[in-house]
Amino acid sequence: MKFLFGALALIGLAAAAPLFVRLEYFYFAGFVVLQFIVLATAWNILGGFAGYVNFGTGAFFAVGAYSAVALYKAVQLPLGLQILAGAATAGLLGFLVGLLTLRLRGIFFSIATIAITIILETVVMNWHYVGGAKGLPILRPTEMPLYFTNYTQWLFLVMTVIAVLAVATARYIQTGWIGRGLRAIRDNEGAAECSGVPTLKLKLAAATISGALMGAAGAPFAQYLSFIEPSSAFSLNYAVNALAMPIIGGTAHWIGPVIGAILLGTVQQVVTVTISSEMNVLVVGVMLVVFVVGAPEGILGLWNRYVLKKGAP
Amino acid sequence: MSQPDALLKIGSLSKHFGGFTALDQVSVDVGRGERFGLIGPNGSGKTTLINCISGALQNDQGSILFDGAEISRMPAYKRTRLGIARSFQIPRPFGSMSVLENLIVPLEYVAHSGSLHLSNPRGEAMEILKGMGLADKADTLSSSLSQVELRKMELARAMAARPRLLISDEAMAGLSSNEVSEVLEILFKLNASGITIIMIEHIMQAVMKFSQRILCLDAGRIICEGSPEKVVANPDVQRAYLGA
Repeated sequence: MKFLFGALALIGLAAAAPLFVRLEYFYFAGFVVLQFIVLATAWNILGGFAGYVNFGTGAFFAVGAYSAVALYKAVQLPLGLQILAGAATAGLLGFLVGLLTLRLRGIFFSIATIAITIILETVVMNWHYVGGAKGLPILRPTEMPLYFTNYTQWLFLVMTVIAVLAVATARYIQTGWIGRGLRAIRDNEGAAECSGVPTLKLKLAAATISGALMGAAGAPFAQYLSFIEPSSAFSLNYAVNALAMPIIGGTAHWIGPVIGAILLGTVQQVVTVTISSEMNVLVVGVMLVVFVVGAPEGILGLWNRYVLKKGAP
Repeated sequence: MSQPDALLKIGSLSKHFGGFTALDQVSVDVGRGERFGLIGPNGSGKTTLINCISGALQNDQGSILFDGAEISRMPAYKRTRLGIARSFQIPRPFGSMSVLENLIVPLEYVAHSGSLHLSNPRGEAMEILKGMGLADKADTLSSSLSQVELRKMELARAMAARPRLLISDEAMAGLSSNEVSEVLEILFKLNASGITIIMIEHIMQAVMKFSQRILCLDAGRIICEGSPEKVVANPDVQRAYLGA
């Protein structure tokens, strides 16, 4: 109940933001942080809960983005349906990659996600309908939705809703029987199977949901930049961030990726503006190394140990 | 050899790993409520056999009938839901969970797989832990248990799947003689409640005391089957296993 009120309050706040925050940059930067909350949360459903590391966040993100672009160009599909379509295609991709590799334990899935990123990027580079390698400018709809006067502010609200839905999904999974099954898979897959956990089905479900959420995060991307091109949509930065944020925040709990995304996302925005856009990549790398070495259970682990005085969670 | 009312019927089971024959035409029946011992030297195929029964491995040839149904192509989790549970030779706890949660996994996924709304999973898990003498460890992180506690938790977790057939894979290896009797007592108690038990064990006193019937494997083949007395008296068993 507390979660529901918190979620509604956040959406309400984002909807009302244009009344009291005029600074355009707030929405521009906030959108990116929210987008990372979705990506980190989505990554954590498979990577954190079940222990299957996805290096292909960029592929799922871009599949969502390009599905939206293709449908927008073809039939002027409204944004809500673009997001659903992006989620559906990326979810299907997650299911298919999972079907091919998740029967095997270990790193096969991870390797396949790298391969799929390269393959799909090559395909899109040669797909001229969506601009190919040189990209495609997007004309945003001229009519503003509801009371909005600025399309970026509207996209900010839309991404807030996606982020809240993503976090709610992760929370639902973690706190219930599905989450316990995924944890059993992460701890010991053989013992999980022998405890009646349908490991393949659960892994496929997690891969599908995770992929769909990444696709939903990617769908508004072209509208946000008014432009799309393969190397930024398939950027390795998404993969690195989606993995670093949960690890820094803590993978065991749904709030971990949210903390990691807000912290790292904000730091990156500040560094980009104040120092350089190259430096923000370095920040991620350094923080990841520091946390992996010094606090492998992330900020949540530190919190449990030093504030709640609990042992390992 | 053939039991009239067998719970488990294994017929001409073979398993190869590349050119190596781990199991060669193994046929055996295990009766309802029976205490069945499985012995043999290291590498003789004991664990391969129970991996084939529990579904961790798939046999190449032969059949496995459980309660009349062919299960040899069924995924492991479905076999568990049908009523085959096992413990592992090297304990495999869900290390990030408490002992209680370790039991809730099978309770949720097996005992209640039809209706996933459990009325009281903690209560049910607690009952099982009490029976194993692990109740005071319920909230302990399973990765911090001692060896004997881990063995008991393995059995408790297997029991939480509400099995009809329990396969105990060297549940007593590395335990002191007091601990061995403790685990043995638990297994007798479970058997008395109607559960068929297959015990793999190297500790001969334990397997002799426990089993009504023993099967001895060597190099993937059955070399002897029968009452404990008959098996230890068998010259092949003595040569292959007891080092006589």
